Amino acid sequence: MNLHEYQAKGILSSFGVPIQRGYMATTVDEAVENAKKLIEETGTKFIIVKAQIHAGGRGKGGGVKLAKNLEEVREHASNILGMMLVTPQTPGGLKGKGKLVRKILIAEDVYVPEFDQCKEFYVSILMDRQKRMNAVIYSTEGGMNIEDVAEKTPHLVHKEHVDPALGFQEFQARKIAFNLGLSGTAFKNMYKFIKNLYNAYVSSDASLIEINPVIKTGDDRIIAVDAKVSIEDNSLYRHKDYAEMRDEFEEDPTEVEAKKVDLNYVKLDGNVGCMVNGAGLAMATMDLIKQSGGSPANFLDVGGTADAERVEKGFRIILSDPNVKAILVNIFGGIVRADRVAQGVIDAYNNIGEIKVPIIVRLRGTNAEEAKDIIEKSGLKVHSAIEFQEAADLITQVLS
Amino acid sequence: MSVLVNKDSKIIVQGFTGNEGTFHAKQMIEYGSNVVGGVTPGKGGSTHLDRPVFNTVAEAVEKVDADTTIIFVPPRFAADAIMEAVDAGIKIVVAITEGIPVQDMLKVDSFMKDKDSTLIGPNCPGVITPGEAKLGIMPGFIHRKGSIGIVSRSGTLTYEAVDQVTRAGMGQSTCIGIGGDPVPGTTTLDAVKMLMEDPETEGIIMIGEIGGTMEAEAAKWIKENGTKPVVGYIAGQTAPAGRTMGHAGAIIGGKEDTAEAKNKILAENGISVVISPAEIGKRMYELLH
Repeated sequence: MNLHEYQAKGILSSFGVPIQRGYMATTVDEAVENAKKLIEETGTKFIIVKAQIHAGGRGKGGGVKLAKNLEEVREHASNILGMMLVTPQTPGGLKGKGKLVRKILIAEDVYVPEFDQCKEFYVSILMDRQKRMNAVIYSTEGGMNIEDVAEKTPHLVHKEHVDPALGFQEFQARKIAFNLGLSGTAFKNMYKFIKNLYNAYVSSDASLIEINPVIKTGDDRIIAVDAKVSIEDNSLYRHKDYAEMRDEFEEDPTEVEAKKVDLNYVKLDGNVGCMVNGAGLAMATMDLIKQSGGSPANFLDVGGTADAERVEKGFRIILSDPNVKAILVNIFGGIVRADRVAQGVIDAYNNIGEIKVPIIVRLRGTNAEEAKDIIEKSGLKVHSAIEFQEAADLITQVLS
Repeated sequence: MSVLVNKDSKIIVQGFTGNEGTFHAKQMIEYGSNVVGGVTPGKGGSTHLDRPVFNTVAEAVEKVDADTTIIFVPPRFAADAIMEAVDAGIKIVVAITEGIPVQDMLKVDSFMKDKDSTLIGPNCPGVITPGEAKLGIMPGFIHRKGSIGIVSRSGTLTYEAVDQVTRAGMGQSTCIGIGGDPVPGTTTLDAVKMLMEDPETEGIIMIGEIGGTMEAEAAKWIKENGTKPVVGYIAGQTAPAGRTMGHAGAIIGGKEDTAEAKNKILAENGISVVISPAEIGKRMYELLH
C-alpha cells in the first residue's frame, strides 16, 4: 500500500526520524492558515507547497513550489490544487493526462541557514530478495534519480545488508554515517537518523522506505526532506492505523471496485479482457492473448471459487472498460468442477443481459467436456474451448 | 525414489480441524497419502477424520512419528506454525497459507538456517508424487505417474502444465509448487537440484514468473551441472512494472525482473524456452522423443 508524503512523514516522525515539518491542506484557505501556523511554530522564512500524489518526479512537473510569503502560498496553492500533474511516474508517463492533485503539503524550508551550506544524500531501505535480507541503500548523491546514479557512478551507491536474526547493529549505522563523509555533530545526527529509520522500516512492516533527499543543514541537523513509504499489504492486519491511510482516490476506480468484492484486478490498456483462476495462470493467459494478436485489458484472478456470483462480478468489472473488444475466461477446474463454472458463466451472462463483445470460455479439469457441452447448448454467443491453443486461435478469430 | 514425499511419508496437518485443513486432509487421504494425524492447539486428545489430533507438533512427532507436515493455519499464525514444525524435527514442511508478512518470513528463513528441515512455500499448492502421496491442494486426478519433474511458482498454472504433460502421453515424477511469495523456503534452484538428482526424473519443467532472480540462478546452475533436458516458461510477458500481479512476489522492480530478461538468461544457459504457455507439454515431449 502506497502512502502520501505527508502520511509517510507522520509515520517516520513517530519513530523519531527528523522530518521537514508541515501540514496537509485540501483548500487554498487551509493552505494559507497552515502556512501561518507553520511560520509561528518553526520560524521558517519560506514555505514549500508540495502536491500530494502517489508518484515521484513531482517537482519537474510543477507540483512543488517555493513561496516567499503568504501571498505566494495562496498563489501556488491555488495553482497546484486541482491541477492534473504529469510526471514520468503518473499513468501513461509524460504523454498521459496525469493525476488530479487533491491535497498539498505546506512545508517548512529546511535548506538553512543558506541553501549552499546544505548537502543532500540518498537513503532507502528495502528487502533484497536474492540475499533474503533487509538492505539499507545509501549514496552521497542525493536529490537525483538513484537508478541514474547507480548506472553512471555505481561506486557511489552503497548497500548495507542486515542479518534478520540479529537486526541492525550500531557499527552499521556508524559505517553508513562515515561513508556519507560526515563528522562531528552531523555524524552523530546521521547515526541516530539511520538507526531510527531502520526501526521505522521494521516496526511499520514497510516494503520500502525511500528518503531522497536526506539533508545535512548548515547547522548540522539531518532531516528527511521527502519521504516515500509503502506498507506491505499482508501486514496491515497488525497496523489498523496505517490501513486507514489508504487513499482510494489515488488508485484506479475499477481496481477499488474490484477490491471491494474481493477480486484481484489490475487495469491495463489492452483490448481483450480476461478472467482466470490463479495468478500464474492469469499471467500466462495474458501472454497468450498477446501472442494471439490482442493485448490484455486487465489482470483478473477470481480465485478458487469461480461461482456464478464471482463470475458475474468479474464480467461487470471487465465490461466497465470501454476498450474491451473480447473477453477470455480461462478456468482450470480442480476441486471446482468445470461444468459448474460453465453454468456459472451462463447464469452470469443471463443476469447481466446482453453482452456485446464476444466471449471465449476455456474450461479445463474435472468435467471439461460436459462444460463445453453446456456452453454450446446454451444458445448464447459464447465460444468454448478446451485446449489452451484453441482459446488463443479463437481470440485471433474474434479480433479479426 | 521421487523427491520430498512418497507413500511412506508420515504426514500431519497443522490447522487440521479448520475448514481448509479438513477439506484438503480428506482429499489427501482419498488420494492415498499417509496422513497420520493433525495438530490444532486446544483440541489435542480428540479424533478428526479417524485420526488423532494433537496440541503440539512435538507431540505428533513423539506419538505417531510424523516426519512431514502441511500447514493450513491463517497468515498471522503461520510463521509460528512453520517454526514449531521445524523445532519439533519435522523434515518436510509445506506451507499452503497465503499472506504471511515478509518480515515474518525473513525470521523463519533465519531460524531454519542450521536446521535439517525443508520448507516448501508459503503461498503454494504443495508437492505431489503421483501414485504415492499428495501433500497439497492440487487436483490429484490430472496427474499420472511418470518421469517429468515440475517446479513452479504458481498453482493453477502448474495444473495446466501437469495436464499438458499427462495429455502428451507422459507423466510426472514429482511436482513441486514452491509458491508465489518473495521469500520462499525452497527456491527454484533448490527444487531443480532435487529433480536433477532424482533417478526417476528424466526431464524438468521450470515455470517461473516476473519478479526476483530465482530462475536466472537456477539457469546458471543448470548450465554447469544439468544432466537432463529442461523446458522453461516465464509468465508475465505483458505485466506492467511496479504492479503486484496477484502473487506477492510477482512484481517487476528492476530490469532483471521482466519475463524478457529471464527468458534471455534461460536461453543463454541452454534451457529450452517456450514463449507460449500452450506449448509447455509439447516441448517437453519433443525434447525426450
